[in-house]
Amino acid sequence: MAHKSYAKSIDLPTEKAFHNICNAKRFAIDIGGSLAKVAYSSLVKKKSTMVFDEPESYGSNKGAIYNVSETDQECVRLHFVKFETKYIETCLDFIQANLIQSKECMVNKVIKVTGGGAYKYTDLVSGKLGVQVDKEDEIECLIEGCNFLLKNIPDEAFSYMRHGNPEYRFQGVDSDIFPYLLVNIGSGVSLCKVESESKFERIGGTSMGGGTFWGMGSLLTSAREFDELLELAEQGDHKSVDMLVKDIYGGNYGAIGLGADVIASSFGKAARSPRDTSVQQFKKEDVARSLLLCISNDIGQIAYLQAKLHGVKKIYFGGFFIRGHPFTMHTMTFAINFWSKGEIQALFLRHEGYLCAIGAFLKGMEEEDAERYSWGENLAGSSGLQSPKHTSASYMQKMSMDFAMLEINRLDRPLLPCPLLLDVSSYLPDTVDLMQDGDAREYWLSCFADSAHKTRDLAAKSQLHEPDAEERANLFLEKYLDRLQSLKQNPGAFGSLTVRNLLDTSTHFLEESQFTDTFSQQKQIENEQALQQLASRLKYLDGLEPAQRHLELAMGVLAGNVFDWGAKEIREILEVQEFGLQDAQAKLQKRPWLFDDFDAWLDRLTNRQPYRCAVIFCDNSGVDIILGILPFARQLLLMGTNVILCANSHPSLNDVVYTEMLLIAKKVSEVCPVLRQALEQERFRIMESGQASPCLDLRLIDEALVVAIKELEADLIVIEGMGRAVHTNFHAAFACDSLKAAVIKNKWLANRFGGEMFSVMFKYERARCISSSSSSSASLTSSPGKR
Amino acid sequence: MAEKAVNGFADDSSSDKSLKKHATGDGATVNGIEKVRNGSPDSFCDIRPSMPLFGMDIGGTLTKLVYFEPANFDEFDLEEKETLQTIHRYLIGNVAYGKSGIRDVHLEMENQTICGRTGKIHFIRFPTSQMLSFIELAKSKNFSGLASGICATGGGAYMFEEIFAKEVLLQLHKYDEMDCLLKGIHYIDRYNPFSECYFFRNPRDTELCKKMPFDFRNPYPYLVVNIGSGVSILAVRSKTDYSRVSGTSLGGGTFLGLCCLLTGCETFEEAIELASQGDSKNIDKLVRDIYGGDYSKFGLAGETVACSFGHMMSKEKRDTSSREDLARATLVTLTNNIGSIARMCAKTEKIERVVFVGNFLRVNEISMKLLAYAMDFWSNGSLKALFLEHEVRNYNLCFLCTVIVLRKRVTASILFSVLV
Repeated sequence: MAHKSYAKSIDLPTEKAFHNICNAKRFAIDIGGSLAKVAYSSLVKKKSTMVFDEPESYGSNKGAIYNVSETDQECVRLHFVKFETKYIETCLDFIQANLIQSKECMVNKVIKVTGGGAYKYTDLVSGKLGVQVDKEDEIECLIEGCNFLLKNIPDEAFSYMRHGNPEYRFQGVDSDIFPYLLVNIGSGVSLCKVESESKFERIGGTSMGGGTFWGMGSLLTSAREFDELLELAEQGDHKSVDMLVKDIYGGNYGAIGLGADVIASSFGKAARSPRDTSVQQFKKEDVARSLLLCISNDIGQIAYLQAKLHGVKKIYFGGFFIRGHPFTMHTMTFAINFWSKGEIQALFLRHEGYLCAIGAFLKGMEEEDAERYSWGENLAGSSGLQSPKHTSASYMQKMSMDFAMLEINRLDRPLLPCPLLLDVSSYLPDTVDLMQDGDAREYWLSCFADSAHKTRDLAAKSQLHEPDAEERANLFLEKYLDRLQSLKQNPGAFGSLTVRNLLDTSTHFLEESQFTDTFSQQKQIENEQALQQLASRLKYLDGLEPAQRHLELAMGVLAGNVFDWGAKEIREILEVQEFGLQDAQAKLQKRPWLFDDFDAWLDRLTNRQPYRCAVIFCDNSGVDIILGILPFARQLLLMGTNVILCANSHPSLNDVVYTEMLLIAKKVSEVCPVLRQALEQERFRIMESGQASPCLDLRLIDEALVVAIKELEADLIVIEGMGRAVHTNFHAAFACDSLKAAVIKNKWLANRFGGEMFSVMFKYERARCISSSSSSSASLTSSPGKR
Repeated sequence: MAEKAVNGFADDSSSDKSLKKHATGDGATVNGIEKVRNGSPDSFCDIRPSMPLFGMDIGGTLTKLVYFEPANFDEFDLEEKETLQTIHRYLIGNVAYGKSGIRDVHLEMENQTICGRTGKIHFIRFPTSQMLSFIELAKSKNFSGLASGICATGGGAYMFEEIFAKEVLLQLHKYDEMDCLLKGIHYIDRYNPFSECYFFRNPRDTELCKKMPFDFRNPYPYLVVNIGSGVSILAVRSKTDYSRVSGTSLGGGTFLGLCCLLTGCETFEEAIELASQGDSKNIDKLVRDIYGGDYSKFGLAGETVACSFGHMMSKEKRDTSSREDLARATLVTLTNNIGSIARMCAKTEKIERVVFVGNFLRVNEISMKLLAYAMDFWSNGSLKALFLEHEVRNYNLCFLCTVIVLRKRVTASILFSVLV
């Protein structure tokens, strides 16, 4: 395969590209004319924390309520590696070498191959790997891959608007994706109308695609590589090559509504004798730009015509042509907007190049039923969307390595949207879009960079017994800071940029370096201490008049929420001094709070029927859960309301984790008969939320929780904490009553809300119905900064 | 025939009425492409014009100049006669002007009667890029004294209006290009319905492909695909009801521009000549080059072009590609693309007849056959590409000689179609 003209290319860095290849279970390959994609699944080692209920048997310190240890766990991960087809042989050799070493060879000796190169490379693949090659239809794979991404990967699709704020508008996970038009731009272009998982047809195509740009571009300029052509195009000015309306009319052609700068004839100015020396030769940059414009415009127009003919409103672009190139996306968006007058939407995909490979891989997995699981992108192992616009030349060079990757984790359990949401399709968890809000972006990126060092220290400390912990912790820091830096340059590279996303990114990088619950010991100590105070706290509360008690319970929840190791300012307090519930309560803003709906809440509790069932999403360990949330839940139970208490499925900062919560519940049962009885009667349920974040994405909660919410007919949702109720869900509208409680423990954010440090949010909102949501949401959409 | 036409126009209506109509026609178009416009040539009247009569179609690439020369100069007063003689000496005395102006002698039309006068119509073309030289020439020959104005259409009528007025003291009387184009076709519809329009039978088979007449007596609705430098697509529903529904910048200018860059050719004729000798399969990747045969699941035959210029991704193939093959592939790419867009527009507009016109189609049949092929391919044989006889040997239909005569205090506009 090695070709003379490729001599200068760097060889494919196989070790870096093919993570975990030794554990690969199953393969699929998509071989295109220019790019090849290898897909495989592997078992990835991951640390996880176990909590035990038998402290004695482990000989730990007296008084411990449970014991903690870390174990190795394996999880399924899908890997997709994209590289230029010229490396296919190198790639196959590498796979072969590693698979032979591997004890567990591929599960079945079949490999799925798709793409235009499928027939050409069949012998090579089967020869090198000693497997049977199963050819899969390209278009079927394409659509299956597209459906998979749209349904599973948050922020997969986005619209692009040049000079817009934000430029990239991500679509979120959509459960209702059909019908759509998929325009796959490979060498040529195929247009497919997709109406459901199984119903789709190829409705048209054009031969002017990526290969035309590459082929013709190579003839017209000295560029030899696709990206080189794109770079030329980025620098060029098409006006010297194209004939514009104004070149013919001297201005607008008003009669038919054509603006002066509309291209009347692509390459029209090049229609002259090449020997005409009176005019300057064309610059290769200008020619490349004109070519890119001409092809993108044409594809946009044809896509629009087909969408209109078939009555489809959404057009997704896949393939290898666009590559996140803003100029190309702008041209296509413009073309579609121009022709459809904004009726039809052009949508781009972050992983446009992987569709076919994903589809082919899923076809090989049908017996394992991919539908049963939920999947999540591993932000630490995936390459971001490249955008030459936001990057310097040297940065581009660093970025345009010879391969790109996408990693997708199989999640333990299926995740579904919360049934209490008013409208799932319009729900977006995040309060502030950091791509849109430059000030907030700058603040949070530097805030996260600052605290990364602290996270590094905690991580190293959490595995003191491991000899390489220090080294891994440093690697985490390096990679995470690198990522934050690249997000500064190109904020949309990994989907929408939000506080939630940044927190997830940190978690993924920690996991990647084999760290898990860095706060486990801290949490354990705090839970023990808080538990000791529970009996007296309950006694104190029970002695109060009802109205006073409700206020004290609310204050308890809020004061408890101050105990947040995730907040820098709080960390600094907690690290140096004894700090109890009373101290925290003293710090709180005095009423009236920044958001103060307490009176309405009290009115509802005292003057009306009790709620049937409350769903509570809790936050921190220790004082927060034990002295704040549990007494609050207890009161609801006493009033006859059933309670579902939801804790994170996986560790994140000092948030209480489901497994810990189970043990805490067991311990509090010994202290409080009310809670014990409620647990026994299943009026009080501890459930996992499905989340692994201090934020809360209500589109993706645990399936069992969804079932319980429906079964118990929950009519109240309580969301606690800054991550869950301020950074996310601040604007969330519910079909039932909701209570959002948090203390704003970040000075910058508090100021943004027009308040001070320790400002209190106690937002109680009555159930909404869809019809009234439009009027009420108008007032809610005003950004918090404007309040 | 021409006489009949002229008379037909002449007895239509008064000058006032026609002016009003013309004005509203223009006004209605300003706001956009949807507006229905008045496209009837009959709405213009004739008052015996002063000589000489010029018409100009200034396109993006090519300027077409038409000149009507009366047979008998003696019918005119002295001043007019002198003028006519000057023009005769310069224009008719030559067949080439400067480096790139050409008088198409073979197109010359004798015995034409226009506005009651008999004479000859001459056709001259030159690249629009030479317009400034033309203006210089007009200045040096003192054309300003010759005519009170030149009727002009095409984008250049707007572009060069000011410079003509300033430099040559000549007024350009502008006529909307689309209006002129439609008037031309209506003229055919009216006077030459039997033999004007044709299509190709068996367009996918080079051996069996045959030109056949098409009965265009009841033409509406139809789509006009006007391929000049760029492409405009008009839906015509009646004589007076038409709108521009689409267009693409990939047109004749793109073909010639790319050919100049890719093959170093100099003229359109040369580019077409190269294309007629080339084989695009050496340049384009076909379905069979990728799939080894048909992609039958989605009904794509192996012979279908999968990727235009796809072979040119390989350095080896680039090095061995010929100019002829490159020109052919460029032509195939563009005609396929125009055919594809035209087919979708026809479907969207629910129109079954598609007429291709424009300067791009002159010189020879190859482009037309390729368009016929493309239409047949994209529509699975359900749509025919229609062509007009006059395309073959003329400049373009849309150039109608639009003539305006300004006379002392009496302003009259006359528009009439000249079929070449």
